[in-house]
Amino acid sequence: MASYFDVKSNPRKAWSSIGVLAVVVIAFPFVAQQFGNSWVRIMDFALLYIMLALGLNIVVGFAGLLDLGYIAFYALGAYMTGLLASPQFATVLESFVNQYPAIGNAMVAFFGPEITQNGIHLSVWLIVPLGALLAGVFGALLGAPTLKLRGDYLAIVTLGFGEIIRIFMNNLNGPVNITNGPQGINMIDPIRVFGVSLAGESGSHATVHVGALSMPSVNAYYFLFLALCIAIIFISTRLQNSRLGRAWVAIREDEIAAKAMGINTRNIKLLAFAMGASFGGVSGSMFASFQGFVSPESFSLTESIAVLAMVVLGGMGHIPGVVLGGIILSALPEVLRHTVEPVQMAVFGKIWIDAEVLRQLLYGLAMVVIMLSRPAGLWPSPKHEDRPDADIDQPDKSTGIVAA
Amino acid sequence: MDIFIQQIINGLVLGSMYALIALGYTMVYGVLNLINFAHGDVLMIGAMAGVTILNIVQSVAPNLPGIVKLGIAIAGAIPLCVAVNLLIERVAYRRLRNAPRLAPLITAIGVSILLQTFAMMIWGRSPVLFPQVMPDNSLHFLGALITPTQVMLLIVSALSMVALVFLVEKTKMGRAMRATAENPRVAGLMGVDADRVIVMTFAIGAALAAVAGVMWGATYASAQFAMGFVPGLKAFSAAVLGGIGNIYGAMLGGILLGLIESLGAGYIGDLTGNFLGSQYQDIFAFVVLIIVLTLRPSGIMGERVADRA
Repeated sequence: MASYFDVKSNPRKAWSSIGVLAVVVIAFPFVAQQFGNSWVRIMDFALLYIMLALGLNIVVGFAGLLDLGYIAFYALGAYMTGLLASPQFATVLESFVNQYPAIGNAMVAFFGPEITQNGIHLSVWLIVPLGALLAGVFGALLGAPTLKLRGDYLAIVTLGFGEIIRIFMNNLNGPVNITNGPQGINMIDPIRVFGVSLAGESGSHATVHVGALSMPSVNAYYFLFLALCIAIIFISTRLQNSRLGRAWVAIREDEIAAKAMGINTRNIKLLAFAMGASFGGVSGSMFASFQGFVSPESFSLTESIAVLAMVVLGGMGHIPGVVLGGIILSALPEVLRHTVEPVQMAVFGKIWIDAEVLRQLLYGLAMVVIMLSRPAGLWPSPKHEDRPDADIDQPDKSTGIVAA
Repeated sequence: MDIFIQQIINGLVLGSMYALIALGYTMVYGVLNLINFAHGDVLMIGAMAGVTILNIVQSVAPNLPGIVKLGIAIAGAIPLCVAVNLLIERVAYRRLRNAPRLAPLITAIGVSILLQTFAMMIWGRSPVLFPQVMPDNSLHFLGALITPTQVMLLIVSALSMVALVFLVEKTKMGRAMRATAENPRVAGLMGVDADRVIVMTFAIGAALAAVAGVMWGATYASAQFAMGFVPGLKAFSAAVLGGIGNIYGAMLGGILLGLIESLGAGYIGDLTGNFLGSQYQDIFAFVVLIIVLTLRPSGIMGERVADRA
């Protein structure tokens, strides 16, 4: 499978297969559109999940640090976009004025009448780097207390962090209204690229015109997300082959040995955490602009687990594998929704297992079965040393336990 | 002052449940050096089984006293939870004992999702009402209120912990467990069957989680498939606070965390000028966890764990 994309050893075959892939990927929305925009929409979300999975792959796959609250960074990016690209900030100022007049009036004076009236509306070119920065800083902050400890602690701390972020989002609507609580933030600006709104101008029935070309909004977002995915894939690949990437793998395989080789394990681990988180932040701000709406419900633990399942299913540390895992686990439930429920209706006359439950079962099974039977994932890395199961410590004969 | 005593009582009640759950984490960690992520879901299974058993008992013998009914529920939930936890050990952990660190953590997450999904299929998606079998006339104690359920909870958890201490300190099995926790290799050479010790550890942890699950349901009057997550996370924080791997640490950490939470929730409004309210109760466990991990990762009573990469 991998040889089809190996540019070095077989350039002709590789470039032709890349060409075929490019044609398929570009033609997809126009073909799928014939069956309804919902299919393109499903693919848009799949691309968002792939971005998330690639970000998590840096943390889990490359550096071997288990992050169970990854969706929190996605949430940070999304809520930051919600505050900085919607009328919400006007509400925030207003509630400050009502609750703490002194601070509120100072803030109103600082931001001026325009923002007080309409809120902040930053452009996407500012939102994306800001989202990456914010999530990255939080990632580093979160990783810091656990760096000297074993990976299990990191898993628990991130798990807790994911929950805390949700609690704050749910409750920061009083006494000062920042996140609008469980209702979430509405009317987030759609993305504008070079003056073209990807949601379509008002009155155009969500059709985007680029020059002579016109396409539905979902297709425009598809191409934006596709471009971002390719950028993230490119960055990940370059990272993996860099000095930094090798340091991550060294830490994953044996931290003490890595330290002995002169790797600054603390900084390198923090960097893994911050970089993974920043990808999450970018996908989060894309998600917010795409939906036009964010609420705490989108950022539950299940979502963190879903992203982890994608990385594990596809193959930890192997970028094409992670992309495959992302496609399978984000598109399959939708496909199942359209097939399993009608089949059950036809066979049993009632729905025994609905698609949502089936989705959960898939995530759980993917993680258990893959880890037990194929720990390197469905599409493992061709290089043996890049696989997570490369060196398994020999168990102690008498107890079957490896000394810690 | 009344509020203070009331929050102390609430804290003790909450803390003794945390202690029961934390014991499950800490014992497994002591023997296997592994965090059993699915432990919270064992608690959930216990609570759910409690609901079903109580519903049956209510319809078969409605005239039994409340304590007996709850006792039957606990007695019924324990074997189920033990079976579930042993299944988890068998499926998720046994084959991965020598695998890289990440592997058992990921299977544990997977098992946890599967357990929740099965529970959702059996008991439904929305919270189910936990039958109230105890009398609801609150007792007055130093100006504060305490319900009979809470009294029973305190007694049951104290008894469970005494039984556990007896088992670990005085019996042959307990000695084998302590030996394995100290050094599995040498314990093996001394004729300790590691697999048996591990199975026992999981079974005891599950039994304590079953007790905690039923009492949790009785205290909050509801149970749901996802209910295990938050108590699990907090109990883990409690285990770390007390010093993971140390059973006395888990008991102390659980009680302390319960007290911190309930006093914190009672006074956070006053402390922050009403900016943060009691809805932030859930963040205390996390803050405690971060502080302990930063300042003293070995916890109050634990040994050094920092350098075991």
